[in-house]
Amino acid sequence: MSQTADKTEKLSQGPDWTFELIEQYDREIGAIAAEFGLDTYPNQIEIISSEQMMDAYASVGMPLGYHHWSYGKQFLEVEQNYKRGRMGLAYEIVINSSPCIAYLMEENNMMMQALVIAHACYGHNSFFKGNYLFKTWTDATAIIDYLVFAKKYILDCEEKYGIEEVELTLDSCHALMNFGVDRYKRPVPISLAEERARQDEREQVLQQQVNDLWRTIPMSDKSEEKALRERVFPSEPQENLLYFLEKNAPLLKPWQRELIRIVRKMAQYFYPQRQTQVMNEGWASFWHYTLMNELYNRGKVKEGFILEFLQSHTNVVAQPSFDSPYYSGINPYALGFAIYTDLKRMCEEPTEEDRYWFPSVVDKPWGEVLDFAMRNFKDESFILQFLSPKVMRDFRFFGIENDVLDPYVEIKEIHNDSGYKALRERLAQQYNLSYREPNIQVQRVELYGDRSLILRHTMDNGRPLNDDTIEVIKHFKRLWGFDVILESWDGDNLAQSYKCDTGESDDV
Amino acid sequence: MSYIIDRRLNGKHKSSVNRQRFLRRYREHIRKAVEEAVNERSIKDLDRGEQITIPKRDIHEPTFGHGSGGKGSIVHPGNKEFSPGDRIPKPEGGQGKGAGNGDASHQGEGEDDFVFQISQEEFLDFVFEDLALPNLVRKNLKEIKEFNMKHAGIVSEGTPSKLNVVRSMRNAYARRRVMSSGARKKLAEAEAEREALLDHGEAPEELARIAWLDEQITLLKQKIERTPFLDTYDLRYNHHVKEPRPSSKAVMFCIMDVSGSMTQETKNVAKRFFILLYLFLNRNYEKIDVVFIRHHTSAKEVSEEEFFYSRETGGTIVSSALKLMDKIVKDRYPPDQWNIYAAQASDGDNWDDDSRVCKQVLEDDIIDIVQHFTYIEITQREHQSLWRIYEQIQSTHPKSFAMRHIVEIGDIYPVFRDLFQRRPNESNSR
Repeated sequence: MSQTADKTEKLSQGPDWTFELIEQYDREIGAIAAEFGLDTYPNQIEIISSEQMMDAYASVGMPLGYHHWSYGKQFLEVEQNYKRGRMGLAYEIVINSSPCIAYLMEENNMMMQALVIAHACYGHNSFFKGNYLFKTWTDATAIIDYLVFAKKYILDCEEKYGIEEVELTLDSCHALMNFGVDRYKRPVPISLAEERARQDEREQVLQQQVNDLWRTIPMSDKSEEKALRERVFPSEPQENLLYFLEKNAPLLKPWQRELIRIVRKMAQYFYPQRQTQVMNEGWASFWHYTLMNELYNRGKVKEGFILEFLQSHTNVVAQPSFDSPYYSGINPYALGFAIYTDLKRMCEEPTEEDRYWFPSVVDKPWGEVLDFAMRNFKDESFILQFLSPKVMRDFRFFGIENDVLDPYVEIKEIHNDSGYKALRERLAQQYNLSYREPNIQVQRVELYGDRSLILRHTMDNGRPLNDDTIEVIKHFKRLWGFDVILESWDGDNLAQSYKCDTGESDDV
Repeated sequence: MSYIIDRRLNGKHKSSVNRQRFLRRYREHIRKAVEEAVNERSIKDLDRGEQITIPKRDIHEPTFGHGSGGKGSIVHPGNKEFSPGDRIPKPEGGQGKGAGNGDASHQGEGEDDFVFQISQEEFLDFVFEDLALPNLVRKNLKEIKEFNMKHAGIVSEGTPSKLNVVRSMRNAYARRRVMSSGARKKLAEAEAEREALLDHGEAPEELARIAWLDEQITLLKQKIERTPFLDTYDLRYNHHVKEPRPSSKAVMFCIMDVSGSMTQETKNVAKRFFILLYLFLNRNYEKIDVVFIRHHTSAKEVSEEEFFYSRETGGTIVSSALKLMDKIVKDRYPPDQWNIYAAQASDGDNWDDDSRVCKQVLEDDIIDIVQHFTYIEITQREHQSLWRIYEQIQSTHPKSFAMRHIVEIGDIYPVFRDLFQRRPNESNSR
């Protein structure tokens, strides 16, 4: 520390970056981050061009992925928008892996590169390493290897069974991707070594199990057969639709099961990201703000640099209000940044209100409080736990309820004393994945009948399913191989039943 | 610890496979768009890609989600005047704020079309796909095969045969000057001192000094001598770039029957044929003029738009067009300066008496001045007198006259095979 403090010479003068400068900035920022106690994976900073950034977009940010037309579509979309100037590209992409890979675009100036390093290489990186969801659901050291495995496996399948066949199966898997995670069970993190070693074995064993389930040869013991006939399958509703299909669909070939597994693993890998948007972006924004200001305080950068930074930062954490033409929902960067910043404020300069609302936070060292908040929550619980009345006032939040039958929407609560609690709950619920996505589970399979399968949708506040439903059921059916019925239940009432007949399955 | 890697040198088209997959999957959409584009575009205007539009719903990837309906709840920022219990009428159309499922950003996006660009090469691929062209020919059409080497400056790398001696020696001289400048400066000083000492110095230490200077001077001279006369980085090479070499000028006559019996469909087939001919000529000639002649009972030179899309009725006298072509050639395109190609499309109708006139005009005036004359007959009926007369011409002039009967678009290609086969013999004719 004494070394860095002694050196008061400025880091860079001009806007242009060089590899030496990036290295210097990274060293300085890394040193400050370490002083603040940020625990990170090693960083791998990669400089890429804007075309490569578009490639990265199209493969959901992954350095490599299997081939599928939908990625091509995404690429074309990004390319078209970018070329017409309708959108800028993100300044960075960062991958939850160890070493943590961060892409820096060559078009950025030095200030942006420093901002990105602080944001991605120290903010996101420490979040990936520390947050419990990432810890339990993903294995940062194995993901790149797993991607290599998946790409190779799918390439081999395409060679053996044809691009067409593989594409059809992947299409169906993608349609169900969001339903390929265990929401409540803790998963085993992806690990490549085990994956490869067990794959062959798994293929055989799996097929064996499936065959057992679908045994049609009469059994010698009649009573046993009867018991089996009356068996309800699955014994409990299954929420992980892809997992269910992988293990139980009667007609799938072993390689198709493996494809389902790959898509499922990818879904699992991205699941924590979907649940921690506010926390993750807020954390990264808080730290790029803190680290960059610290650079300035220590005399490493000039005023012009920090002013330019502040302008970018302000844009990142801007929150347009609901009636603005720029409004597109709550900006996770803004909300997360505000919550962490306010936590720090409450630790250092608490008001009476804070003492009442957050007795366990006030007057504590802010580093520890923030670290705790980062590690042990997801968006929903994070907001429920840490959203302060001050932040609600600053954002001027208000909650509304909207019944489709009512020509009016009703303002339920606003940012005032009587509203804080309810408002916070309402906002937290908004980030609950099981509120955002419909609850659909495998209910029952006709083991001895026509092998049809019933999916049960439990309606939430009477909200029906969207127009894609029949299409998705067709995909489900392609994997299942027999009729699939989806029932929407509103409480005890069967509100709607979706069915797709055998004849239609080809239209998918 | 951080590693910094420059990835810019890696390929940037990582998504190209996925892009191809996408094009493959939506080939029907794209084919249709290309077909429409071909019908709309001028036949000279094929050197660019095309914007393809696909309805969003066709490429939508379905997922389970909440539809609109039921009770929704949402929190918005930016309250100005609302209080709890306020009831606000919903905006018309039912979308708007508070639509219910907490995902307002994706609401109201509507059925935008998915728009993207395909390159010229991809565009032509789709055009050719219709025409059943073999790959070899596609390549011929898309690529320019003959090149001129053009001088394009001096570079520091190249083959010995392209060594630029003057530049290399100049560089070597400059380098020698620079590299030996220190030594030469010292040499000059030493020599000056020696001169000075020689003039008046007699003392022993001065003699020793002179001896020492002599030694230094020899060493410095050796050092200067040792400076390489020519080093690899002095070498400069002439740089050449390939420039496509189209072989001078060509004029292409498009002759089409526009009498009442020609439907728009027939004309579209003819258009494909003219497009191909144009593309072919375009790759081989620097300057191409296209002359459109349409005819029913009388012939007229017209614009492309009028040529393909205006309708006429009445009978058919083919010879009128041939005579007009002959006249235009004589007026504007002297055959010793222009490569003349003619393509005629018709449904075969002609007045019986006229066919003989046609033969006469062709044989006397036209066939000897054209590189190639192609006749296509787009019809599903029996051939008539024109076809039979032309058959006679083909048998007497097999090298410069080709004719084909076309029922479908795919039949166009064989006519072209004739053209391409003939090329080696005639490419140097002018």
